[in-house]
Amino acid sequence: MRAADSAGRPIPSSVLSLGAQPLVSATAHAAPAHGSHEEHHHYTTTGLDSRKIAVWAFIGSECMLFASLISTYLIYKGRSIVGPFPHTSWTHPQTGQVFKPILNIPVTSASTFVLLMSSLAMVLALSAVENKDKPLPAGAGLGDRMLASSKLWLWATCLLGAGFLAFQAYEFTSFVHEGLTIKTNLFGSTFFTLTGFHGAHVTAGVIWLGTLLAIDYQRGLGPKDALNVDIAALYWHFVDVVWIAIFTLLYLIPD
Amino acid sequence: MAHDSQAEHYHPSWKEYKWVALILTIITIVEVWAYYIPSFVASAAFVPALLIMSAVKFAIVVMFYMHLKYDHKLFRALFTGPLIIATATLLALLAVMSAL
Repeated sequence: MRAADSAGRPIPSSVLSLGAQPLVSATAHAAPAHGSHEEHHHYTTTGLDSRKIAVWAFIGSECMLFASLISTYLIYKGRSIVGPFPHTSWTHPQTGQVFKPILNIPVTSASTFVLLMSSLAMVLALSAVENKDKPLPAGAGLGDRMLASSKLWLWATCLLGAGFLAFQAYEFTSFVHEGLTIKTNLFGSTFFTLTGFHGAHVTAGVIWLGTLLAIDYQRGLGPKDALNVDIAALYWHFVDVVWIAIFTLLYLIPD
Repeated sequence: MAHDSQAEHYHPSWKEYKWVALILTIITIVEVWAYYIPSFVASAAFVPALLIMSAVKFAIVVMFYMHLKYDHKLFRALFTGPLIIATATLLALLAVMSAL
């Protein structure tokens, strides 16, 4: 007789072959939570999907990475010998050239708003995927149809993410034109390293969302894909929360 | 466990998401607005105020958009554990390097 979980669904042999009785019991008890795709379900002793545990562990490790980069920035903050400086003007002692404060707060505020709105679009994309099988209510208007469109919200998230990257490219380019490169001073080194790493993460997120969008066009994303979209969403929101910290610590708090 | 399974799958509604986005936007506007008040920037309250607003935004995104408020406690531990260690390390480094 084949083993089954509490909902009567068969437990994969890969789980049973692990041997320990408590493990089988725990898994069998927790298995019903994730639909009817037993063959693709990644069982763990906690009853939680291993992919979601992995992404949270990954996000935890990313906290460490960004904390180290932010620490480095804060330790060297205000210790640059030559300008340009982030919040104050600087006059070159030999040439007499005056460098204005380099940070452009209005532009960065706009890019921060764009990234925050991309997180809103992302949660709506996930919600649309999870509810794809549910019929729209009678008399559903344009708003309801928009909320149900995973493609619309994935596109919105991708474009807002790309918009944030465009802001960053503009900022980096203008900094270089104004005389600040990664080699200029301690501020330049730590600023470009930290924001560059964050930008690389946003780029990876946009590519990831692009692949989800391609799958949505290819075969349609539905509730069975909700976990995959959820994992991408968690990564995307993490990139957003890192920027929340960077925006305050780098841009708004003066030396 | 049944309770956990239900909790894992609760996500806020569109209306809640809309309010979260509005609150995040308002806090961001207040942060930037505060930056342009020289007397406030020069005061001792400026940095703590910004840090608190930033922490509130951080927590709101993590709780509602990353739905950690409704998620399994293991996920909470996997995030808050490293976050606490990272924050403690950051503070320790700043103290050691006399940047605090």
